[in-house]
Amino acid sequence: MSSETARTAPAAPTLLQRLMRWESALVLLLIGTVVLGDRLSPAFLKSGNFFYVGLNIGEVAIIALPLALIVITGEIDLSVASMLGLSGTILADLTSRGVNVWIAMAITLAFGLLMGLFNGLLVTKVGLPSLAVTIGTLTLYRGIAQIVLPNSSLGGFPESLTNIGVVPIRGTQIPWSIAIYAVLVVGFAVTLHATPVGRAIFAIGSNQEAAYFSGIRVKRIKLGLFVLSGFFCALAGILFTLRFASARYDAGTGLELNAVLIVLLGGISIFGGRGTMLGLVLATCVIAALQSGLTLHLMSPQDQNVVIGGLLVASVILPNASSIYGRARTRIASAGARRASRRVTPSGGPS
Amino acid sequence: MSGIDAALAGAPRARAHHLAEIVVRFRELGIVLALLIVVGGTSIDNSRFLSSTSLQQLLSGAAIVALLAIGETLVIVTRNVDLSIGSILGLSAYATGAIYVHHPGVSLVLVILAGAAIGLACGIVNGAITTLCRVPSLVVTLGTLYVIRGLDASWAGGNQINSSSLPDSFNELGYGKLLGVPYLGLITIACVIVATYGMRSYRSGRDLYAIGSNPEAARLAGIPVDLRVFATFAISGAIAGFAGVLWLAFFGSVDSTAGTGYEFEVVAAVVVGGVAIFGGSGSVLGAALGALLLNTIASSLVVINVSSYWVQAIQGALLVIAIAFDRLISLRLAPALRTRRSTRE
Repeated sequence: MSSETARTAPAAPTLLQRLMRWESALVLLLIGTVVLGDRLSPAFLKSGNFFYVGLNIGEVAIIALPLALIVITGEIDLSVASMLGLSGTILADLTSRGVNVWIAMAITLAFGLLMGLFNGLLVTKVGLPSLAVTIGTLTLYRGIAQIVLPNSSLGGFPESLTNIGVVPIRGTQIPWSIAIYAVLVVGFAVTLHATPVGRAIFAIGSNQEAAYFSGIRVKRIKLGLFVLSGFFCALAGILFTLRFASARYDAGTGLELNAVLIVLLGGISIFGGRGTMLGLVLATCVIAALQSGLTLHLMSPQDQNVVIGGLLVASVILPNASSIYGRARTRIASAGARRASRRVTPSGGPS
Repeated sequence: MSGIDAALAGAPRARAHHLAEIVVRFRELGIVLALLIVVGGTSIDNSRFLSSTSLQQLLSGAAIVALLAIGETLVIVTRNVDLSIGSILGLSAYATGAIYVHHPGVSLVLVILAGAAIGLACGIVNGAITTLCRVPSLVVTLGTLYVIRGLDASWAGGNQINSSSLPDSFNELGYGKLLGVPYLGLITIACVIVATYGMRSYRSGRDLYAIGSNPEAARLAGIPVDLRVFATFAISGAIAGFAGVLWLAFFGSVDSTAGTGYEFEVVAAVVVGGVAIFGGSGSVLGAALGALLLNTIASSLVVINVSSYWVQAIQGALLVIAIAFDRLISLRLAPALRTRRSTRE
């Protein structure tokens, strides 16, 4: 790949170049989505709608945070939705056995750590590819959830807690999950962009070997990120369960794809080493706004999938558009040169 | 396993080479062994597991996933992945049903061609975006997973097409047998043979392994990398489209959710079958056997009266164990292989 792309010496970026980045495109996209949403439905910009938009995206947004860090290190965690589902069933099972709901939550969160630890140990200690491992644990965790809570939904949570799915924080239109998300975003952004750990995460994603030889504890950081992912999936699982006031073993099936979608749309490279928290947050907003706008426009969820899937594909093509154009030009130019040289030496072949 | 360990640890070098060679060359043997253990163990508990009806069911049940695994193997060997196959299968299955609803008398060959063509078109889109734009296939096919499923769902709506709208000759495709072997099994076996031959003996097939081992080196060696990768996506799509037709013939009814989640099932089968997830090694036969093994385990769990609620968890655990086991074996074999390679040089 590098042999074909022309390499220019890095010059000091001008203001325009600094503005030409994926996050700017996302801002434009977000503005476009909001304008479109407002056009499609007068209810879109009502404050009540903001509450429902936040409510719908909250759990996935939380899951996407640690997932983003994992993707930046060049790994992936596809078991997130299954961890969410299993956490919900454990919470419901514990409370139905008479455990105090707060203690049950603590146990659920601890269990989340364990699930993440299992993923992380398989990836770092056994040395398995995370894609394969987490496809395996995707099935495993969902299967355990089915053992815990076969074929039925289980509720029975105190109303004061299940209210978080119906009532915003008092005096505002902010759902609880979004408030938690906002706090977490600050924490994640600071960690990723302003601490040695964050630098290490980028270094691992850019070049794992080089990171290892420059003294970064690659395995420990990766393990930590998987554990973190387990923890926040458990948290999201608790929120998800309380929002619906009941747990089912198949809760959140397929959400892993939504989370990966948000991460990738946020401009985080699937090969690792690149990405920002700003991009992630913007992508979360775009997806949330788009889903809400299209739903208010009475577009079916199936048709929305076409739009969102198309957006994902476009999001990987557009940043590369200039290099694709450049490559096409070089190819055409070299073909022209070859033709010209053939005309000069009709016998052909290099002398 | 312990026998191999002992041999590798204590035996003289030449013998270690020999063993290593056997295990590496015939990675599929391990899966066959596991398959025999599962079938044997289950039939001790319930002898009817070995009856011909039961074996036929095992074969047809695994056939569609095995067929998809063939295409997926081609793609994964080149260090790419195709996550859209489940959606392609669903679209093609619904299209097949719709063709029969609107044109009841249409010939079977035409229907199969139409299904494969739909799949091919989807595969061409995947391949074109991946190679022309040089973007990761994981992202592209995740996107087309959504798009194709969305198109399928908005076309189908809440509609379901039942076997009453399908002609008998078509349903026969799903249940018929030739000399006691179900058609589905025969079709898959034929495809495995063709693909195995192509991957082993054709230059373009060998190219796929070269690309997966080191894309940059393959490019420099003059292999048309983009063309080959494009072709694998097209083939994988066409196979998924064809599998959609068979899926409808087997299950007899279709709605917009057909084939949801197959992508993970197929990738699991491919990985269990010993195909490296980062490309460069593995065989179509292994992947197909992996699909057969997973399906057989699921059936045997039902036969030995494990609660159906446990099946998914056990499958997941086995999947993780299979991946870890594969890794451990290759770690143990790596030193032996290295010496083998150096003595050859």
